[in-house]
Amino acid sequence: MNDSESIIDVENLVTHYGTRMILKGVTMSVRRGEIMVIMGGSGSGKSTLLRHLIALEWPTSGSIKLLGNALEELDNDGFHALRKKIGVAFQGGALFSSMTVGENIMLPLAEHTHLDRQTMEIMARMKLEVVDLAGFENLMPSELSGGMLKRAALARAIIMDPQVLFCDEPSAGLDPVVSSALDELILRLRDALGMSLVVVTHELESAFRIADRITVLDKGHILFIGTVDEIKNSSNERIQNLLNRRTEEAELDPVAYLNRLTGDKSV
Amino acid sequence: MSILDHLERTGQRVTQGVATIGLGGALFAESLHWILFGHLKKQPVRFSAVVGQIMEIGIRALPIVTVLSATIGVMLAIQGIHTLRMFSAESKVVIGVALSVVREFSPLITGILVAGRSGSALAARLGTMTINQEVDALTVMAINPVRFLMAPPLLAMVIALPALTFFSDVIALFAAGLYVEMDLGLSLSAYALQTIDFLSVDDLMHGLGKSMIFAVLITLVGVINGASIRGGAEEVGKVTTQAVVQSIAAIVITDMIFAFVMTRV
Repeated sequence: MNDSESIIDVENLVTHYGTRMILKGVTMSVRRGEIMVIMGGSGSGKSTLLRHLIALEWPTSGSIKLLGNALEELDNDGFHALRKKIGVAFQGGALFSSMTVGENIMLPLAEHTHLDRQTMEIMARMKLEVVDLAGFENLMPSELSGGMLKRAALARAIIMDPQVLFCDEPSAGLDPVVSSALDELILRLRDALGMSLVVVTHELESAFRIADRITVLDKGHILFIGTVDEIKNSSNERIQNLLNRRTEEAELDPVAYLNRLTGDKSV
Repeated sequence: MSILDHLERTGQRVTQGVATIGLGGALFAESLHWILFGHLKKQPVRFSAVVGQIMEIGIRALPIVTVLSATIGVMLAIQGIHTLRMFSAESKVVIGVALSVVREFSPLITGILVAGRSGSALAARLGTMTINQEVDALTVMAINPVRFLMAPPLLAMVIALPALTFFSDVIALFAAGLYVEMDLGLSLSAYALQTIDFLSVDDLMHGLGKSMIFAVLITLVGVINGASIRGGAEEVGKVTTQAVVQSIAAIVITDMIFAFVMTRV
């Protein structure tokens, strides 16, 4: 396997939400087998970037190549085939509340394969073992805690053995112990199952522990792409602010400030 | 606010309205596509999901449909006899009741009931799923949300609502018959014979055809309201109410248009 072979290529991605520009020309790539962490403060566009990577939204301009497929050229059947090769764990889990945990995890198998029920149940239990949730398959999602929901969502995301796994804020809202257990799990998934991972997070500690490379987004621009050591040694002031949790210097423009307060858009 | 602002807002609303109708048409066409050709693409609409929905929309509504249909039947008989007595034509009440029940009241009352029970449930379910990113989750798992979430209730609704309407026809006519027997002394068997003799297949199909259109309307309004939710959990209540109000309005207006057109061809 060629280590530097990239499985995601983003070229000059520009996106809008309504008339507001969110991503302002983002170029990045993810290599096979690596864990790429996308970081940034709130409003930096990291969640938007993720939604575009998994083709839930369409960019204004620019291109995304996922597993060798240019998204803008794919037809419905192409997307159908591509989506079976990726897994996504959403922030809140997004498990279907009307199904048990086991049925949730089996759903992709039930829809895309012709396996018999017993085989699917065994596979679901295997994935539950991987995420340390063995024995929970008959519970409803509402009976799980936040951390368990996220792990169950991971189990569902990897049931089809995807080549790329996307995780949205895996440790948000969890206590430090559970969150570090999730980090361990993510590392294990990469090492044991050979997946490439794209993880969106704003937790520095977690990012440093799991990342092979980090992409830092800031106000819709790429601020930095590099390894953990490179980011720690970066001399860029904004990155150091981010690492040391310093707030940005407030802009000192009294006229703009007054205009904002009075709602005067004419200036 | 200036006139221009008002004009702009009106214009925006009109465009939105047209866009929503277009969306409804597109969703209906896509659902139909999945129902008819899904199995060819190995992405069938699940039979078990349709049966589950028929259970929920149709079977569970039977008790309340029974109560309301019987009440409507008796009410029509009372009013009919009361009105016709002015012309000493009480015996004609059988015709009046039969026609109003089968052509108007049964489809309308069943439609409104199902809109309140199942249209609202559909909007609430889709709204909650959209907020919890469950619809996104389906999409990224290569499970088409229209096939998985909309096609089964649509098919179930189109089967269950006419069936419920037919059931309501029978119950309402029977209840009216009981009242007529009590008030005018016309035996139930004579009443039944007169009713069957007078009602044509056309009258029956008029009512059942309407209920099929209502079924599509209720599903579309529920799905569009649920899926177009923006914001948080408090919006679910809003879209649910909106779905019920809009589908009842759509049912009543369509009923009028349908009656107008069908009595002229």
